[in-house]
Amino acid sequence: MLAKRLELSRKELNPRLIKRLIVCACSLCLLGTVSLFSIRYGSVNYAVSEIIGAISAAEATTARTVIMNIRLPRTLIALMVGANLAVSGALLQSVMRNPLADPGLTGVSAGAGLAAVTIMLALPQLSRFVPIAAFLGGITAAFMVYLLAWKRGVDPIRIILAGVAVNAILGGGLALLSVLYSDRIQGVIMWLNGTVAGKSWYQVETLAPYSLIGLVAAMLCINTANVLQLGDEAAKSLGTRVNLARVMLSLVAAFLAGISVAIVGLIGFVGLVVPHISRLLVGTDYRFMLPVSAVLGATLLVMADTGARAVFSPVELPVGILMAIIGGPFFLYLLRKGGAYRV
Amino acid sequence: MIKASNLKIGYDHKIVVDGFGFALERGEIVSLIGPNGSGKSTVLKVLSRLMDKLGGAVYLDGHDIHKLPTREVAKRLSVLSQYNISPPDFTVEELVGYGRLPHRKWYECRGSADEEIVRWALKETGLEKLSHRPVNSLSGGERQRAWIAMALAQKAEVLLLDEPTTYLDISHQLEVMELITGLNKEFGITIIMVLHDLNQAVRYSHRLVVIKDGRLFTQGEPKDVLTREMLRSVYNVEAEVVLDKRIGKPVFYPLGLACAKA
Repeated sequence: MLAKRLELSRKELNPRLIKRLIVCACSLCLLGTVSLFSIRYGSVNYAVSEIIGAISAAEATTARTVIMNIRLPRTLIALMVGANLAVSGALLQSVMRNPLADPGLTGVSAGAGLAAVTIMLALPQLSRFVPIAAFLGGITAAFMVYLLAWKRGVDPIRIILAGVAVNAILGGGLALLSVLYSDRIQGVIMWLNGTVAGKSWYQVETLAPYSLIGLVAAMLCINTANVLQLGDEAAKSLGTRVNLARVMLSLVAAFLAGISVAIVGLIGFVGLVVPHISRLLVGTDYRFMLPVSAVLGATLLVMADTGARAVFSPVELPVGILMAIIGGPFFLYLLRKGGAYRV
Repeated sequence: MIKASNLKIGYDHKIVVDGFGFALERGEIVSLIGPNGSGKSTVLKVLSRLMDKLGGAVYLDGHDIHKLPTREVAKRLSVLSQYNISPPDFTVEELVGYGRLPHRKWYECRGSADEEIVRWALKETGLEKLSHRPVNSLSGGERQRAWIAMALAQKAEVLLLDEPTTYLDISHQLEVMELITGLNKEFGITIIMVLHDLNQAVRYSHRLVVIKDGRLFTQGEPKDVLTREMLRSVYNVEAEVVLDKRIGKPVFYPLGLACAKA
């Protein structure tokens, strides 16, 4: 039995699989390198040996304080948020059958953002519920988009139009809140632009369990996400409950985006750009595309955050701004490429 | 095996099909024919539970197909739509592999039994040499065969096809039709299909079901159904129907429209 399985797996080692495995390995290496850079560079630069020394040191040196209390949590937050947003985008692209779907365009981020800001500004005593509220806000926005776009199925164009409309409504809500609570808005501004600066272990501990749950749930969605790519009718013929599958995948995607938004604010384009890059590298099969998206999403955000604090040093840019500057042109490129890139 | 009774189907408050019913025996090949917009594709969608109905019921071996778990239905019934899309880089083998999906738990991977069935389906459809090619790089006929192979891998007893030969040239049309009838003969797979080409429908089906304006117009063996009167009242076409002695079935030659349409 085992021998048969081994024989089978050896036969499956075709060039495509080898390429996919190499890409997986390379992206993991890249993530490691980028994370190391992110810990090294900042207002003070450390050598790798200093970092190892600082982590293993028993007494509290300055290097240890900086690395353990500032750099490391920040890098970990960027890593988790990047992975969450990329996976969320990849799932939304499958669910909405639309290559332009991502948490930002579909209103999921804005919904999560509005819910989070409402609590932060109007009900600060409930601030520990921000992740849950952001999740619910994201879900609500996603379903608003569906309701607006649904007409005997989802049409890629209507999804985008509905996303624009929902984003506009939610953006209006955000603007309204910021006027009503203009005295407290200062603390929220950085958050609205999306930043991983000033994160501590507290946020890491909040985000980590949620991210783990969300990412594991996403990996369990792989088969469903794949079969949805064959179209609704083929998926139904293969015994998939398409509407239920859509709801489940959307829930997971909104969860991942919601918890990320709750911690770091609005960071766009990770969820759009990364799944496309992974698709170019490993193809559309979610068994490979989804894990690679997670790793590359983490890589991209850690890299962007390192860049955000290096480019205009000592001024630190919110990473959301940098992502918008990188992501905007890429989005236009996808729009122009259009049909050839259908999911 | 499949029985539809008193079906009422509609979109957006518009009734498309009303009071439609028919029954199908195991191992039969039945073609649904009728003019554009007569509701034949809609009937096929409801028969295969892809679409919900407003009234009536479809029974698969006595069970209401719209109430059975959809995965259970998928193990016994497979349906191919008119338009099929696959992601640009899915290979034939991968696509066919999806046919095994209803037979696995949602967390299971493909096992060696699945591999064997996939190989069998590829062999039966003559796609072994193309198994590593992306589906989208194939010709229309080969692509259709790949989708049929997927349905085969599903190991369904009933196969429903919506215009399987549309967009194909004549040799690929025949290739697909011969493949379908071969599967019927060799494995006893029951076939229901929507066809536009009446001569093909006559040639390859055991029975024809004619739908006009969402209602059953007539049904029966091809030689009884394909008549001048039927063509005139259903299609508004004047035609000559002759018996082709070589196949023992009628063929028709259109002569023109029966009268100017109102």
